[in-house]
Amino acid sequence: MKPPRIRWHILVFLAPALLVYTTIMIFPLFNTLRLALFDEVDQARVFVGLDNFRTLFGDPRWSASFWNALGNNFWFFVIHMLVQNPIGILLAAILSHPRLRFAALYRTAIFVPTILSFVIVGFAWKLILSPIWGIAPEMMDSVGLGDFFQPWLGLEGTALTTLALISVWQFVGIPLMLIYAALLSIPEEILEAGECDGITGAAAFWKIKLPLILPSIGIISILTFVGNFNAFDLIYAAQGALAGPDFSTDILGTFMYRTFFGFQLQLGDPHMGSAIASAMFAIILIGVCIYLFGIQTRLRRYQF
Amino acid sequence: MNKARRNPLNVAAAHGILILYTAIALFPVFVILINSFKSRRAIFREPLALPDADSFSTIGYQTVFNQGDFFLYFQNSLIVTVASLFFVLLFGAMAAFAISEYRFRGNTIMALYLALGIMIPIRIGTVAILELMVNTGLVNTLWALILVYTAQGLPLAVFILSEFMKQVSDDLKNAGRIDGLSEYTIFFRLVLPLVRPAMATVAVFNMIPIWNDLWFPLILAPSESTKTLTLGSQVFIGQFVTDWNAVLSALSMAILPVMVLYVIFSRQLIRGITSGAVK
Repeated sequence: MKPPRIRWHILVFLAPALLVYTTIMIFPLFNTLRLALFDEVDQARVFVGLDNFRTLFGDPRWSASFWNALGNNFWFFVIHMLVQNPIGILLAAILSHPRLRFAALYRTAIFVPTILSFVIVGFAWKLILSPIWGIAPEMMDSVGLGDFFQPWLGLEGTALTTLALISVWQFVGIPLMLIYAALLSIPEEILEAGECDGITGAAAFWKIKLPLILPSIGIISILTFVGNFNAFDLIYAAQGALAGPDFSTDILGTFMYRTFFGFQLQLGDPHMGSAIASAMFAIILIGVCIYLFGIQTRLRRYQF
Repeated sequence: MNKARRNPLNVAAAHGILILYTAIALFPVFVILINSFKSRRAIFREPLALPDADSFSTIGYQTVFNQGDFFLYFQNSLIVTVASLFFVLLFGAMAAFAISEYRFRGNTIMALYLALGIMIPIRIGTVAILELMVNTGLVNTLWALILVYTAQGLPLAVFILSEFMKQVSDDLKNAGRIDGLSEYTIFFRLVLPLVRPAMATVAVFNMIPIWNDLWFPLILAPSESTKTLTLGSQVFIGQFVTDWNAVLSALSMAILPVMVLYVIFSRQLIRGITSGAVK
């Protein structure tokens, strides 16, 4: 037998991607987890074990900020799940209706916010909701709801929910498109078979289509989860790094940014920042694992 | 077709809901755009009116052009986006070809390793990425951003492209081998042209997040000469927060390039998402 010759071209094809991916993504990821175990003492990096995590969860000042950010982040996610995904499914169900006119036009228009940057979205809504400019109060006046207007982005109780709804407004296009694709792939014969049994209209949606698109809803949920627990830009663009008013819109992304990069008088602390990043990593990993092992394997997939 | 599906009342309700939501989706963009062409007084007096001869003004755009270096920001964004897309597509396609075409030891592990990054966001590693860029002197250069976005885009690109490359006929490649073509020629001449639609899908998926990103420009390249359009408009608007004309004009100018790209590529983008490439 000939010794296997090395097929160099395989290496050449793989090398650039592996090199960039490993050095810029995988290595820093693990290095960040490692840095979380160090601290700076007298300008030297010292191994401190789990001290940073003890500070993060044990020191009342740190832990209060952390739990606040985590709680806010959960609320942010809950709003997305309860508002963004149902609206996306509803719009997709309507759009996938056969023979609907102008479907392409609606689809294109509804997707527009998704392509805008957070900076544009954040400022545009800030201006519209601003009591100084008065677009929102004036429009509410015209439908007789003027008394209900409040500067929602400036109030501690409502700022986070308002920002979450702005984010929902921006990203509704994603569940819409994915569900739309899933609905279009349902074969006509199945729906016709349902019709023969007298299942039409709304009943057809609940009893036939919804079970068939459950895997897509699962994917959307995990995409929303990862996206939300990694969010930063919208809050930063609309409320700044301080995530005001009084940290009521602080989420893990802004908390990590402030900690490791520093802001105003506080100096940046890369090691505490790494500890927060590690916590975010753990949360995202848990979420992805729950999805992969707990949800995805239980969803029944149908082959047509 | 049954009666329920043709009911005119249902159709009207469907259009009603879609029109309402379309209005909600487009309204903020519309308000920003029309007000950027109005004088300060008209912005406040009649925010919802279209600019007319009386209220028309480009004072905001003049401030933007005089104060901010928007052409430089635009150029930076363009360089970063185009270069990142180029590397994502080239490296991604090469790796996808290696994984889908050849059987070698570690093939599956390699595919899994490269797929890890689809679910884990690269932002988690920011602290170490910044340290790496500082140590290599790449901080405040466009290369830092290009490298990060290339790494960020590769996992999904490899995943999608290898799915498509599996569909390229073996006969074609073997015919090339019999004619004495090298593996490199087969890849560049035979396979790449055939997966061009998938490459376009990958490009469109990556383009918008790269163009719109605020996090990495803010941390890796915040210097004046390397600001991207997204970061530049964020900083500009922050400084001119009370100059409503300037803010509205800066926002409109940031909207414009993305809208142009979207109009050009929207069919590709929507076809890409709905084709099931990411299922």
